[in-house]
Amino acid sequence: MKVTMRVNGQTREADIEPRWLLVHVLREKMGLTGTNVGCDTSQCGACTVLMDGMAVKSCNVLAVQADGADITTIEGLKTDGAYHPVQQAFWDNHGLQCGFCTPGMIMTSIDLLREHDNPSDDTIRRGLEGNLCRCTGYENIVRSVRDAADKM
Amino acid sequence: MGVLGQSIKRREDPRLITGEAKFLDDIQLPGLVHAAILRSPFAHAKIKSINTDQAKAYPGVIGVFTGKDFMDLNPLPCAWAAGGVKNNLNTPRCLEPDRVTHTGMGVAVVVAQDRYIAEDALALIQVDWEPLPVVTDAKKATEPGAPQLHENAPNNIECEWECGDAAATQAALDGADVVIKQTLINQRLIPNSMETRGCAAQYNPASEEYTVWMTSQAPHVMRLLMTAFVFGIPETKMRVISPQVGGGFGTKIYLYPEYVLMAALSKKIGCPVKWSETRRENYIATTHGRDHITDIEIGVNKDGALMGLHVKTYANMGGILSTIAPGIPTTLYGRLLSGPYKIPHIYCHVSNVYTNTAMVDAYRGAGRPEATYVLERAMDLVANELGMDPTAVRRKNFIPSDEFPYTPADNILAGLTYDSGNYTLTLDKALDMLDYTGFRQEQEQARKKDKYLGVGFSSYIELCGVAPSAWIGLPGQGWGAGLWESANIRMHLTGKVVVTTGSQNHGQGHETTMAQIVADQLGIPVEDVLVEHSDTAGAPFGYGSYGSRSGAVGGVAVYRAAERIKEKAKRLAAHMLEANVQDLVYQDGKVMVKGTPAASKTIQEIALASAVGYSLPEGMEPFLDETSYYDPPNCTYPFGTHICVVEVDKHTGSTRILRYVAVDDVGNVINPMIVDGQVHGGIAQGAAQALYEGAVYDDNGTLVSGSLMDYAVPTAHMLPSYETARTVTPSPVNPLGVKGAGETGTIASTPAVVNAVLDALKPFGVKHLDMPLTPEKVWRAMNSNGGKA
Repeated sequence: MKVTMRVNGQTREADIEPRWLLVHVLREKMGLTGTNVGCDTSQCGACTVLMDGMAVKSCNVLAVQADGADITTIEGLKTDGAYHPVQQAFWDNHGLQCGFCTPGMIMTSIDLLREHDNPSDDTIRRGLEGNLCRCTGYENIVRSVRDAADKM
Repeated sequence: MGVLGQSIKRREDPRLITGEAKFLDDIQLPGLVHAAILRSPFAHAKIKSINTDQAKAYPGVIGVFTGKDFMDLNPLPCAWAAGGVKNNLNTPRCLEPDRVTHTGMGVAVVVAQDRYIAEDALALIQVDWEPLPVVTDAKKATEPGAPQLHENAPNNIECEWECGDAAATQAALDGADVVIKQTLINQRLIPNSMETRGCAAQYNPASEEYTVWMTSQAPHVMRLLMTAFVFGIPETKMRVISPQVGGGFGTKIYLYPEYVLMAALSKKIGCPVKWSETRRENYIATTHGRDHITDIEIGVNKDGALMGLHVKTYANMGGILSTIAPGIPTTLYGRLLSGPYKIPHIYCHVSNVYTNTAMVDAYRGAGRPEATYVLERAMDLVANELGMDPTAVRRKNFIPSDEFPYTPADNILAGLTYDSGNYTLTLDKALDMLDYTGFRQEQEQARKKDKYLGVGFSSYIELCGVAPSAWIGLPGQGWGAGLWESANIRMHLTGKVVVTTGSQNHGQGHETTMAQIVADQLGIPVEDVLVEHSDTAGAPFGYGSYGSRSGAVGGVAVYRAAERIKEKAKRLAAHMLEANVQDLVYQDGKVMVKGTPAASKTIQEIALASAVGYSLPEGMEPFLDETSYYDPPNCTYPFGTHICVVEVDKHTGSTRILRYVAVDDVGNVINPMIVDGQVHGGIAQGAAQALYEGAVYDDNGTLVSGSLMDYAVPTAHMLPSYETARTVTPSPVNPLGVKGAGETGTIASTPAVVNAVLDALKPFGVKHLDMPLTPEKVWRAMNSNGGKA
């Protein structure tokens, strides 16, 4: 069956089986491999994208549920060649090491900062509880989100 | 001020924050097909037959294969048998043809047009299993009547290994004022790099060459093991590439069955094939870590002086051996049991044991966290027994700073010596940061209000920069090759520099730190240095990244290659300036005549002259291109003190980390921001072992903690903010003075957190609990005495 969605500002179509997950359509049908898959039980959050402005785990959304939706992936964050403030903050604050969880962390952080423009460290830590990182111990991720909040 | 020691931002980050980095599963190749693997649901069973007819007939399936289809390939090699003893080696095949010894072993593979179809077809394969009796506990596996896993390993013993002096240690214990005995369980952990494993392979029938992409920390070693040991083909017929690798923590060092399988399949089916591990597979088919059962006896005099340490450990190997499994609980554990302390006599006996569980191999720290846990729990047990302050026991027994190089007792380090250290300094600094006196007062006040605070200490040493080849290799510790590292530096005509290193970056930031070393040495902008790695076609042979060796071995190779570039540049500059080379100095990116800075040539001018080759001194070849193969003369020995402060809730038994102070000495620091990041992540992993994580098998050998829903990888709000600081005691082992920073946090933090919880439980009379210190376990311990503090 056909699904149509707006992905990073462009209208994209894919011909898929109904059981296909959004993340697989993004990665394998649309070539947007920046969104990573880190688990099979929706714990890790590496696959987080924005769907109509809200963070969703794209391994937990059937592509048919995203039919007609507006999707933003990590590839769609730069504007006019400039990094999104959250991307910039992760770079500036060493908020990533291996970088595998990073796209999902950044997308969740953007959603978190949409809801809280001046979050406390505790709010940040609770807001990121759906995203796992095994490298940073979260210290510099929290700093990155804090820094992005200060600059946005 | 040079670029060395500066917190410059990482050069690898732009591709990672934009999604442009290509991880293994991002690889697309024309005609790529997908593999899924059928894995054993039984922990111990014979395969009577496998019927693949229905799976083969499923639409979209390209092929279905079992172990019988790959009997022309050898079993995977074990590259590190424990040194100096008989090892009863058993290693996996790419698919098991007859028998499985843990759940998750692959027995059949489906290749299909997409992953959905491949997974569908797996369900259509019928295996006739004959289940066999199961044992999962390493100590029980050695007892009479236990199920036997391998014919060549009576009582499931892979090897019996020892170090130190048994008789002298027994005499020391007999003569000590007090002997404390304790059993310590260092539970099994599941490493959980956020990227799972994977492999893609392509075979070119015309050239008979394989190209294999894999999530590997050691691509050159993988090529060697695959070609020379498994396939029996020339090493030149395979190219191995590690793409962007999303964390490893040890698990991506090894040669796994699936990598052999993908390479073999690519030839068999004639098109490129990819396998991406699911998280579920990662739990059952990727290596686990730790899993020791240890009995200690420590002898101490009434003044707190340690007299002797006797350690007996059962180390679980799993159902079959991973690539370097036997070396971890032997060389990297037993030999570290003196820690930062002067212990007159030590003896350690290790039984490596097969059980019906997933393979166990190095996991961040690898043996050294287990050794540190033994010692740091022992120090607190001693302090409790003697009524001493835990810091006083440590202080009394620290190796004094004027006794380096220090040789631990009874030759337990097999001829090596600790390079440098000042252990008291890190303890003092950490105590200052904490305000120890203030904390003890606060703790006393809190107890009166029925609030239970605790403080835990951990002073540690690590062995990094593995390792001198002659020491670790076959004549010594049993490692099946060398452990030097390579680097090549080419300075192009334009003055830009390409560095290739045998080290492998999977999150550590080598593309930044190696560039800092070269930029500092050559006096050029760091932006002019490109660091390449992880492709056997592009780099000289190297052993890869693990054991905190990339700075102290790989980085030093880079440094030495840069020195050679400078040396050749000076000889060419002498020709250009018509000066004697003895009169020249290399400074700030220029070669100049001593005392006459106007007479100089920049390194870029020299590189140009060298590359075009119009006028070179007699006998000099064109181009600045130098390679170093650096074999370290010793390992390096970072150290430090970590302090954890916790509050334990009396009503729920849950633990909250209130403060975490880490003072580490990793020698000279190339990039402080990156070192801090390594320490943070390490602390998180070690604290997680103390409080949250533990792999659990049921009696049938099924992994109960088999997914991220069941295994507690901590989230952000389960961990504290860390207070980090450093002292700097340069290593005399290498010219950079670096020691290594990748594992210190993991090594130090586990006992610091456990000691803190047990300090909080002191009013309840609790002396020891095994990890993880879950709320239920802690609550039960607090209430075992009627809940009375």
